[in-house]
Amino acid sequence: MWRRCLCLRDRWRRLLNQPSGGPTAIVRTGANIPSLSRAYAPPAGGFEINLDHRKLKTPQAKLFTVPSEALAIAVATEWDCQQDTIKFYTMHLTTLCNTSLDNPTQRNKDQLIRAAVKFLDTDTICYRVEEPETLVELQKNEWDPIITWAEKRYGVEIGSSTSIMGPNIPDRTREVLVSHLASYSMWALQGIEFVVSQLKSMVLTLGLIDLRLTVEQAVLLSRLEEEYQIQKWGNVEWAHDYELQELRARTAAGALFVHLCSESTTIRHKLLQD
Amino acid sequence: MAALGSPARTLRGLLRELRYMNAATGRSYRDTAAYRYLVKAFRAHRVTSEKLCRAQHELHFQAATYLCLLRSVRKHVALHQEFHGKGERSVEESAGLVGLKLPQQPGGKGWEP
Repeated sequence: MWRRCLCLRDRWRRLLNQPSGGPTAIVRTGANIPSLSRAYAPPAGGFEINLDHRKLKTPQAKLFTVPSEALAIAVATEWDCQQDTIKFYTMHLTTLCNTSLDNPTQRNKDQLIRAAVKFLDTDTICYRVEEPETLVELQKNEWDPIITWAEKRYGVEIGSSTSIMGPNIPDRTREVLVSHLASYSMWALQGIEFVVSQLKSMVLTLGLIDLRLTVEQAVLLSRLEEEYQIQKWGNVEWAHDYELQELRARTAAGALFVHLCSESTTIRHKLLQD
Repeated sequence: MAALGSPARTLRGLLRELRYMNAATGRSYRDTAAYRYLVKAFRAHRVTSEKLCRAQHELHFQAATYLCLLRSVRKHVALHQEFHGKGERSVEESAGLVGLKLPQQPGGKGWEP
Protein backbone atom coordinates (compact mmCIF):
# COMPACT_ATOMS: atom_id res chain seq x y z
CA MET A 1 0.00 0.00 0.00
CA TRP A 2 2.84 2.37 0.87
CA ARG A 3 4.65 1.70 -2.38
CA ARG A 4 1.50 2.47 -4.35
CA CYS A 5 1.00 5.72 -2.43
CA LEU A 6 4.59 6.76 -3.11
CA CYS A 7 4.29 5.95 -6.79
CA LEU A 8 1.08 7.99 -6.97
CA ARG A 9 2.74 10.87 -5.14
CA ASP A 10 5.69 10.81 -7.51
CA ARG A 11 3.37 10.83 -10.48
CA TRP A 12 1.55 13.93 -9.21
CA ARG A 13 4.81 15.64 -8.31
CA ARG A 14 6.07 15.13 -11.82
CA LEU A 15 2.81 16.47 -13.15
CA LEU A 16 2.85 19.39 -10.74
CA ASN A 17 6.46 20.45 -11.28
CA GLN A 18 5.84 21.65 -14.78
CA PRO A 19 7.47 24.96 -15.75
CA SER A 20 4.60 26.86 -17.25
CA GLY A 21 1.36 26.35 -15.39
CA GLY A 22 -0.31 22.99 -14.94
CA PRO A 23 -0.10 19.72 -16.83
CA THR A 24 -0.79 19.87 -20.52
CA ALA A 25 -3.43 17.42 -21.56
CA ILE A 26 -3.44 16.21 -25.11
CA VAL A 27 -6.10 14.19 -26.83
CA ARG A 28 -4.83 11.54 -29.11
CA THR A 29 -6.67 9.04 -31.17
CA GLY A 30 -6.67 5.38 -30.31
CA ALA A 31 -5.10 2.49 -32.11
CA ASN A 32 -5.43 3.59 -35.73
CA ILE A 33 -4.53 7.11 -36.73
CA PRO A 34 -7.10 8.30 -39.28
CA SER A 35 -5.52 9.29 -42.55
CA LEU A 36 -6.10 12.76 -43.92
CA SER A 37 -7.98 11.53 -46.96
CA ARG A 38 -11.61 11.60 -47.88
CA ALA A 39 -13.68 10.14 -45.10
CA TYR A 40 -13.14 10.60 -41.40
CA ALA A 41 -14.26 7.72 -39.21
CA PRO A 42 -13.85 7.64 -35.43
CA PRO A 43 -10.95 5.36 -34.48
CA ALA A 44 -11.78 1.87 -33.30
CA GLY A 45 -10.00 2.12 -29.99
CA GLY A 46 -11.69 5.30 -28.87
CA PHE A 47 -9.98 8.52 -27.82
CA GLU A 48 -7.33 8.58 -25.12
CA ILE A 49 -5.92 11.40 -23.05
CA ASN A 50 -2.22 12.03 -22.54
CA LEU A 51 -1.02 13.99 -19.56
CA ASP A 52 2.51 15.12 -20.38
CA HIS A 53 3.19 12.07 -22.52
CA ARG A 54 1.78 9.64 -19.98
CA LYS A 55 -1.52 7.95 -20.69
CA LEU A 56 -4.39 8.78 -18.39
CA LYS A 57 -5.77 5.85 -16.44
CA THR A 58 -8.93 5.37 -14.38
CA PRO A 59 -8.74 4.83 -10.60
CA GLN A 60 -8.85 1.07 -11.24
CA ALA A 61 -5.85 1.43 -13.58
CA LYS A 62 -7.76 0.78 -16.78
CA LEU A 63 -6.82 2.77 -19.86
CA PHE A 64 -9.00 5.85 -20.20
CA THR A 65 -10.83 5.65 -23.52
CA VAL A 66 -13.95 7.52 -24.55
CA PRO A 67 -16.00 6.98 -27.67
CA SER A 68 -16.59 10.62 -28.54
CA GLU A 69 -14.02 13.22 -29.59
CA ALA A 70 -15.88 16.15 -28.07
CA LEU A 71 -16.01 14.35 -24.73
CA ALA A 72 -12.29 13.64 -24.88
CA ILE A 73 -11.51 17.28 -25.61
CA ALA A 74 -13.75 18.39 -22.77
CA VAL A 75 -11.98 16.03 -20.34
CA ALA A 76 -8.59 17.25 -21.57
CA THR A 77 -9.71 20.84 -21.00
CA GLU A 78 -10.75 19.94 -17.45
CA TRP A 79 -7.27 18.60 -16.79
CA ASP A 80 -5.72 21.67 -18.38
CA CYS A 81 -7.60 23.90 -15.96
CA GLN A 82 -5.81 22.45 -12.98
CA GLN A 83 -2.87 24.43 -11.74
CA ASP A 84 -1.03 23.87 -8.48
CA THR A 85 -3.33 21.26 -7.05
CA ILE A 86 -5.55 18.77 -8.79
CA LYS A 87 -9.07 19.57 -7.67
CA PHE A 88 -11.00 16.44 -8.47
CA TYR A 89 -14.23 17.93 -7.25
CA THR A 90 -14.23 20.33 -10.20
CA MET A 91 -13.61 17.63 -12.80
CA HIS A 92 -17.12 16.28 -13.19
CA LEU A 93 -16.76 14.86 -16.69
CA THR A 94 -13.62 12.97 -15.72
CA THR A 95 -15.42 11.50 -12.73
CA LEU A 96 -18.35 10.42 -14.89
CA CYS A 97 -16.04 8.77 -17.44
CA ASN A 98 -14.16 7.00 -14.68
CA THR A 99 -17.41 5.69 -13.21
CA SER A 100 -18.57 4.45 -16.59
CA LEU A 101 -15.28 2.75 -17.36
CA ASP A 102 -14.75 1.17 -13.95
CA ASN A 103 -18.33 0.57 -12.83
CA PRO A 104 -17.20 0.32 -9.21
CA THR A 105 -20.64 -0.56 -7.88
CA GLN A 106 -20.87 -3.35 -10.46
CA ARG A 107 -24.35 -2.44 -11.60
CA ASN A 108 -25.82 -3.75 -14.79
CA LYS A 109 -28.23 -1.93 -17.07
CA ASP A 110 -31.41 -3.11 -15.34
CA GLN A 111 -30.25 -2.01 -11.94
CA LEU A 112 -29.35 1.43 -13.26
CA ILE A 113 -32.72 1.85 -14.93
CA ARG A 114 -34.54 0.69 -11.83
CA ALA A 115 -32.55 3.10 -9.65
CA ALA A 116 -33.45 5.98 -11.94
CA VAL A 117 -37.15 5.13 -12.26
CA LYS A 118 -37.41 4.71 -8.48
CA PHE A 119 -37.00 8.45 -8.22
CA LEU A 120 -40.33 8.84 -9.92
CA ASP A 121 -42.15 7.84 -6.75
CA THR A 122 -40.63 10.72 -4.87
CA ASP A 123 -40.27 13.09 -7.78
CA THR A 124 -39.72 16.67 -6.71
CA ILE A 125 -42.17 18.23 -9.09
CA CYS A 126 -44.92 15.84 -8.15
CA TYR A 127 -44.77 16.73 -4.48
CA ARG A 128 -46.81 19.84 -3.78
CA VAL A 129 -47.27 21.86 -0.63
CA GLU A 130 -50.59 23.10 0.62
CA GLU A 131 -49.56 26.41 2.09
CA PRO A 132 -48.32 29.25 1.76
CA GLU A 133 -50.61 30.24 -1.08
CA THR A 134 -47.99 32.00 -3.19
CA LEU A 135 -45.76 28.93 -3.15
CA VAL A 136 -48.66 26.71 -4.20
CA GLU A 137 -49.38 29.13 -7.04
CA LEU A 138 -45.72 29.18 -8.06
CA GLN A 139 -45.44 25.42 -8.06
CA LYS A 140 -48.56 25.09 -10.14
CA ASN A 141 -47.41 27.64 -12.71
CA GLU A 142 -43.88 26.36 -13.06
CA TRP A 143 -44.17 22.62 -12.58
CA ASP A 144 -47.49 21.80 -14.22
CA PRO A 145 -46.39 22.63 -17.79
CA ILE A 146 -43.44 20.25 -17.49
CA ILE A 147 -45.63 17.45 -16.19
CA THR A 148 -48.13 18.00 -19.02
CA TRP A 149 -45.30 18.01 -21.54
CA ALA A 150 -43.89 14.73 -20.15
CA GLU A 151 -47.31 13.11 -20.09
CA LYS A 152 -47.94 14.10 -23.69
CA ARG A 153 -44.48 13.19 -24.93
CA TYR A 154 -44.47 9.67 -23.46
CA GLY A 155 -48.21 9.04 -23.39
CA VAL A 156 -48.23 8.29 -19.66
CA GLU A 157 -49.93 9.52 -16.54
CA ILE A 158 -47.91 11.17 -13.83
CA GLY A 159 -49.96 13.70 -11.96
CA SER A 160 -49.07 15.46 -8.74
CA SER A 161 -50.19 15.13 -5.17
CA THR A 162 -50.08 16.94 -1.85
CA SER A 163 -50.21 13.86 0.33
CA ILE A 164 -47.18 12.57 2.19
CA MET A 165 -47.33 9.28 0.32
CA GLY A 166 -46.51 11.01 -2.92
CA PRO A 167 -48.03 10.65 -6.34
CA ASN A 168 -49.63 7.40 -7.36
CA ILE A 169 -47.65 6.32 -10.41
CA PRO A 170 -49.46 3.68 -12.44
CA ASP A 171 -47.49 0.62 -13.52
CA ARG A 172 -47.89 1.41 -17.17
CA THR A 173 -46.01 4.68 -16.69
CA ARG A 174 -43.16 2.80 -15.12
CA GLU A 175 -43.06 0.26 -17.94
CA VAL A 176 -43.07 2.91 -20.63
CA LEU A 177 -40.22 4.80 -18.98
CA VAL A 178 -38.20 1.65 -18.35
CA SER A 179 -38.46 0.66 -21.99
CA HIS A 180 -37.55 4.20 -23.06
CA LEU A 181 -34.48 4.24 -20.86
CA ALA A 182 -33.46 0.80 -22.10
CA SER A 183 -32.78 2.37 -25.48
CA TYR A 184 -29.81 4.28 -24.07
CA SER A 185 -26.33 2.84 -23.82
CA MET A 186 -24.68 1.91 -20.53
CA TRP A 187 -22.61 5.10 -20.47
CA ALA A 188 -25.60 7.31 -21.17
CA LEU A 189 -27.51 5.56 -18.38
CA GLN A 190 -24.75 6.35 -15.88
CA GLY A 191 -25.11 9.97 -16.88
CA ILE A 192 -28.91 9.87 -16.62
CA GLU A 193 -28.81 8.29 -13.19
CA PHE A 194 -26.30 10.92 -12.08
CA VAL A 195 -28.51 13.79 -13.26
CA VAL A 196 -31.60 12.25 -11.65
CA SER A 197 -29.85 11.98 -8.31
CA GLN A 198 -28.68 15.60 -8.57
CA LEU A 199 -32.01 17.13 -9.58
CA LYS A 200 -34.01 14.72 -7.41
CA SER A 201 -36.54 14.46 -10.21
CA MET A 202 -37.02 12.04 -13.08
CA VAL A 203 -39.36 14.32 -15.02
CA LEU A 204 -36.91 17.20 -15.03
CA THR A 205 -34.17 14.88 -16.27
CA LEU A 206 -36.40 13.73 -19.11
CA GLY A 207 -37.03 17.36 -19.98
CA LEU A 208 -33.29 18.02 -20.00
CA ILE A 209 -32.46 15.04 -22.19
CA ASP A 210 -35.20 15.84 -24.67
CA LEU A 211 -33.96 19.42 -24.94
CA ARG A 212 -37.17 20.80 -23.48
CA LEU A 213 -35.31 22.60 -20.64
CA THR A 214 -31.91 24.21 -20.44
CA VAL A 215 -29.65 23.34 -17.52
CA GLU A 216 -30.31 26.66 -15.80
CA GLN A 217 -34.06 26.19 -16.15
CA ALA A 218 -33.96 22.61 -14.86
CA VAL A 219 -31.88 23.61 -11.85
CA LEU A 220 -34.22 26.50 -11.12
CA LEU A 221 -37.25 24.23 -11.24
CA SER A 222 -35.53 21.71 -9.02
CA ARG A 223 -34.75 24.37 -6.45
CA LEU A 224 -38.06 26.16 -6.77
CA GLU A 225 -38.91 26.26 -3.11
CA GLU A 226 -35.40 27.40 -2.18
CA GLU A 227 -35.57 30.21 -4.71
CA TYR A 228 -38.93 31.20 -3.28
CA GLN A 229 -37.49 31.36 0.23
CA ILE A 230 -34.44 33.26 -1.04
CA GLN A 231 -36.67 35.85 -2.61
CA LYS A 232 -38.58 36.18 0.62
CA TRP A 233 -35.77 36.07 3.17
CA GLY A 234 -32.63 37.02 1.26
CA ASN A 235 -29.70 35.29 -0.36
CA VAL A 236 -26.73 33.90 1.56
CA GLU A 237 -23.89 33.88 -0.92
CA TRP A 238 -21.63 31.37 0.73
CA ALA A 239 -24.40 28.80 1.00
CA HIS A 240 -27.07 29.42 -1.63
CA ASP A 241 -24.86 30.55 -4.48
CA TYR A 242 -22.27 27.91 -3.65
CA GLU A 243 -24.84 25.12 -3.83
CA LEU A 244 -26.45 26.60 -6.92
CA GLN A 245 -23.19 26.71 -8.86
CA GLU A 246 -22.26 23.22 -7.73
CA LEU A 247 -25.65 21.83 -8.74
CA ARG A 248 -25.46 23.60 -12.08
CA ALA A 249 -21.98 22.25 -12.73
CA ARG A 250 -22.93 18.68 -11.91
CA THR A 251 -26.19 18.79 -13.89
CA ALA A 252 -24.50 20.36 -16.89
CA ALA A 253 -21.76 17.74 -16.79
CA GLY A 254 -24.30 14.93 -16.56
CA ALA A 255 -26.47 16.30 -19.36
CA LEU A 256 -23.48 16.88 -21.64
CA PHE A 257 -22.20 13.39 -20.85
CA VAL A 258 -25.56 11.84 -21.79
CA HIS A 259 -25.80 13.77 -25.03
CA LEU A 260 -22.25 13.06 -26.10
CA CYS A 261 -22.54 9.37 -25.28
CA SER A 262 -25.86 8.81 -26.98
CA GLU A 263 -25.27 10.55 -30.25
CA SER A 264 -24.81 8.39 -33.30
CA THR A 265 -21.45 8.08 -35.00
CA THR A 266 -20.69 11.09 -37.14
CA ILE A 267 -19.15 10.11 -40.43
CA ARG A 268 -18.69 13.19 -42.53
CA HIS A 269 -18.06 12.51 -46.15
CA LYS A 270 -16.10 15.38 -47.57
CA LEU A 271 -16.82 15.77 -51.24
CA LEU A 272 -13.60 16.86 -52.86
CA GLN A 273 -14.23 19.19 -55.74
CA ASP A 274 -11.81 18.25 -58.47
CA MET B 1 -38.33 24.75 -27.05
CA ALA B 2 -35.81 26.05 -24.58
CA ALA B 3 -34.76 29.69 -24.71
CA LEU B 4 -31.17 29.35 -25.87
CA GLY B 5 -30.47 32.67 -27.50
CA SER B 6 -28.29 33.04 -30.55
CA PRO B 7 -25.39 30.68 -31.32
CA ALA B 8 -23.07 33.65 -31.67
CA ARG B 9 -23.68 34.56 -28.07
CA THR B 10 -23.01 30.99 -26.94
CA LEU B 11 -19.77 30.92 -28.90
CA ARG B 12 -18.67 34.25 -27.42
CA GLY B 13 -19.41 32.97 -23.93
CA LEU B 14 -17.46 29.76 -24.58
CA LEU B 15 -14.44 31.65 -25.86
CA ARG B 16 -14.58 33.95 -22.86
CA GLU B 17 -14.60 30.96 -20.49
CA LEU B 18 -11.66 29.43 -22.33
CA ARG B 19 -9.82 32.72 -22.03
CA TYR B 20 -10.38 32.86 -18.28
CA MET B 21 -9.25 29.27 -17.90
CA ASN B 22 -6.06 29.79 -19.83
CA ALA B 23 -5.26 33.19 -18.35
CA ALA B 24 -3.47 31.62 -15.42
CA THR B 25 -1.36 29.28 -17.55
CA GLY B 26 1.18 30.72 -19.93
CA ARG B 27 -0.35 29.54 -23.16
CA SER B 28 -2.79 31.53 -25.24
CA TYR B 29 -6.30 30.13 -25.37
CA ARG B 30 -6.12 29.83 -29.13
CA ASP B 31 -3.63 26.97 -28.88
CA THR B 32 -5.96 24.72 -26.97
CA ALA B 33 -7.68 21.79 -28.62
CA ALA B 34 -10.99 22.98 -27.23
CA TYR B 35 -10.75 26.31 -29.05
CA ARG B 36 -9.92 24.65 -32.35
CA TYR B 37 -12.71 22.11 -32.00
CA LEU B 38 -15.33 24.69 -31.03
CA VAL B 39 -14.47 27.08 -33.82
CA LYS B 40 -14.46 24.29 -36.36
CA ALA B 41 -17.79 22.92 -35.12
CA PHE B 42 -19.49 26.30 -35.07
CA ARG B 43 -18.24 27.12 -38.53
CA ALA B 44 -19.30 23.78 -39.95
CA HIS B 45 -22.76 23.88 -38.41
CA ARG B 46 -23.48 27.54 -38.84
CA VAL B 47 -27.13 28.21 -38.30
CA THR B 48 -28.81 30.55 -40.72
CA SER B 49 -32.27 31.87 -40.09
CA GLU B 50 -33.80 29.67 -42.81
CA LYS B 51 -32.66 26.29 -41.53
CA LEU B 52 -34.70 24.97 -38.63
CA CYS B 53 -32.91 21.70 -38.32
CA ARG B 54 -33.28 19.68 -35.14
CA ALA B 55 -29.71 18.47 -35.33
CA GLN B 56 -28.40 22.02 -35.31
CA HIS B 57 -30.57 22.84 -32.35
CA GLU B 58 -29.15 19.80 -30.56
CA LEU B 59 -25.60 20.94 -31.22
CA HIS B 60 -26.39 24.43 -30.01
CA PHE B 61 -27.96 22.92 -26.91
CA GLN B 62 -24.80 20.89 -26.26
CA ALA B 63 -22.69 24.01 -26.66
CA ALA B 64 -24.93 25.91 -24.25
CA THR B 65 -24.70 23.06 -21.74
CA TYR B 66 -20.91 23.08 -21.98
CA LEU B 67 -20.92 26.84 -21.48
CA CYS B 68 -23.07 26.40 -18.37
CA LEU B 69 -20.64 23.76 -17.12
CA LEU B 70 -17.55 25.94 -17.58
CA ARG B 71 -19.19 28.99 -16.09
CA SER B 72 -20.58 27.25 -13.04
CA VAL B 73 -17.32 25.40 -12.33
CA ARG B 74 -15.42 28.70 -12.46
CA LYS B 75 -17.92 30.43 -10.14
CA HIS B 76 -17.99 27.45 -7.80
CA VAL B 77 -14.20 27.46 -7.46
CA ALA B 78 -14.21 31.23 -6.93
CA LEU B 79 -16.85 30.96 -4.20
CA HIS B 80 -14.94 28.11 -2.59
CA GLN B 81 -11.73 30.14 -2.55
CA GLU B 82 -13.46 33.15 -1.11
CA PHE B 83 -15.56 31.55 1.59
CA HIS B 84 -14.43 28.02 2.30
CA GLY B 85 -10.77 28.05 1.31
CA LYS B 86 -9.17 29.35 4.48
CA GLY B 87 -8.75 26.11 6.37
CA GLU B 88 -8.08 25.90 10.05
CA ARG B 89 -6.56 28.64 12.13
CA SER B 90 -3.02 28.12 13.32
CA VAL B 91 -2.27 27.61 17.00
CA GLU B 92 -0.94 31.16 17.30
CA GLU B 93 -4.11 32.63 15.81
CA SER B 94 -6.35 30.54 18.03
CA ALA B 95 -4.47 31.67 21.12
CA GLY B 96 -4.63 35.25 19.90
CA LEU B 97 -8.46 35.01 19.73
CA VAL B 98 -8.68 34.92 23.51
CA GLY B 99 -5.80 37.28 24.10
CA LEU B 100 -3.13 34.73 24.92
CA LYS B 101 0.31 34.37 23.38
CA LEU B 102 2.30 31.21 22.95
CA PRO B 103 5.45 31.01 25.10
CA GLN B 104 8.81 31.52 23.45
CA GLN B 105 10.95 28.51 24.24
CA PRO B 106 14.37 28.95 22.65
CA GLY B 107 15.47 25.49 23.64
CA GLY B 108 12.52 23.86 21.94
CA LYS B 109 9.86 21.87 23.67
CA GLY B 110 10.89 18.75 25.47
CA TRP B 111 9.39 16.27 23.10
CA GLU B 112 10.42 17.87 19.81
CA PRO B 113 13.57 16.58 18.11
